Amino acid sequence: MTEPFEHRHAAHCETGVMSAMLRYHGLTISEPMAFGLASGITFAYIPLVKINGLPLIAYRTPPRMIIRALSRRIGGLKMVFEKFRREADGERALNRLLDDGKVVGLQASVFFLPYFPPNMRFHFNAHNLLVYGREEAQYQVSDPVFSHLVTVDGASLSKARFAKGALAPKGLIYYPAKVPDEIDFDSVLPKSIRFSAKINGARSPVPIAGVKGIQRVAGQIRKLDKAQERDANLYLGHIVRMQEEIGTGGGGFRFMYASFLQEAAEILRSDLLADAAEEMSEIGDEWRLFALMCARKSKARYDDTFDGIADQLEKIAGREASLFARLHNYR
Amino acid sequence: MKIKDIPQDNAGSLDGETKVIYARSDAGRIESSQTTGWEVEEIVLGLALDEIRRLARDAYQRAEAGETSPLEFHMYNQRMDVAMLAQAVGRFQWLVKRDFVPRRFAGLSPQKLERYAVVLGIDVTSLTGLPKQYD
Repeated sequence: MTEPFEHRHAAHCETGVMSAMLRYHGLTISEPMAFGLASGITFAYIPLVKINGLPLIAYRTPPRMIIRALSRRIGGLKMVFEKFRREADGERALNRLLDDGKVVGLQASVFFLPYFPPNMRFHFNAHNLLVYGREEAQYQVSDPVFSHLVTVDGASLSKARFAKGALAPKGLIYYPAKVPDEIDFDSVLPKSIRFSAKINGARSPVPIAGVKGIQRVAGQIRKLDKAQERDANLYLGHIVRMQEEIGTGGGGFRFMYASFLQEAAEILRSDLLADAAEEMSEIGDEWRLFALMCARKSKARYDDTFDGIADQLEKIAGREASLFARLHNYR
Repeated sequence: MKIKDIPQDNAGSLDGETKVIYARSDAGRIESSQTTGWEVEEIVLGLALDEIRRLARDAYQRAEAGETSPLEFHMYNQRMDVAMLAQAVGRFQWLVKRDFVPRRFAGLSPQKLERYAVVLGIDVTSLTGLPKQYD
């Protein structure tokens, strides 16, 4: 390796990996900047896709979209993606790249990664991490959601890379073939911000995304009065887990996006964006309050009601709608 | 949220690890900071884990009574459900459910057992039996 690899703790795996990988290749980009440039922020409610019987809820665009959006938006950035049918081929390709001194990003299932705390090991196939070296059968891993470097034995890493099921990684590895020296922020920042405002705003062409998705979930929560108590608690708990537990930087990525807007405001010297950052940060606080209300409800502490929780979501939807409306035509 | 208001609740499930959260510094910058966990997250994670344990315990009891195969127990115990397991082994859900019938499960080929064992992350010997006790 020509220069030492610098590990940095991040909130989210995909943005953390891209930020670290690009920085290693000389392009400094913060995690929030990677998230914002990729238009990662959203809210999606997909009742047809069930996880343990609960609808799919996400606060970010689908897995791998951040990496792909970044390679599309950052002019001069070229990423190489490789998938493998056979484990042996995948292992050989990874080893060859590491022997060449490359830092390699890969997709893996959390369930098979031994360094995750047992309570956190679920069958989530779209986790991302960086491998930066190998010593005998131990791979040296920089997993952005951990504060420190870790190692993984070869057998576990292969299991994680070739886990089956939804979003199966199929041994996916990726690395940049070309990294530009700088980013043309003046053109790409407005584009990314407008895109996020459009897919999430009240006039979004996607009826399950953004503000409309939030309002739908609010409607579902009002109906929980008729559900069994256990089911109602699991439903609310599920939303909160997607919002906080899975590495969002708090408030379902809203704090991270606020940080991005702040950075963008400074680069473009925009008061509008600076105000938007403030507002997004406050919206993040509202999401945290929503999470708190859901947890309180499940413990029957205080006197939270389903209607009260739904009202809180409606309030968030309203604030996000007006914020995104202001950014809709940002140039 | 201000940095000084970030919950630091030493969440047991984080096993001593920390997480990154973005919060506001005194100067007004929204920046990367650390948390040892939030009680709210612990509560909702506990709900999800309790539900998995309830399903696994129920399947364990029925498997002991010969009403279902060990496969159903191991599926829940390895934090999967029928939809996930079916997708992982590449078969229809009703075919997977059919293998919950103890007599059918006992007659499964070694290859089929191996496929289930691999996606569940256990070995075939564990898959065909039950642990001495559960919870």
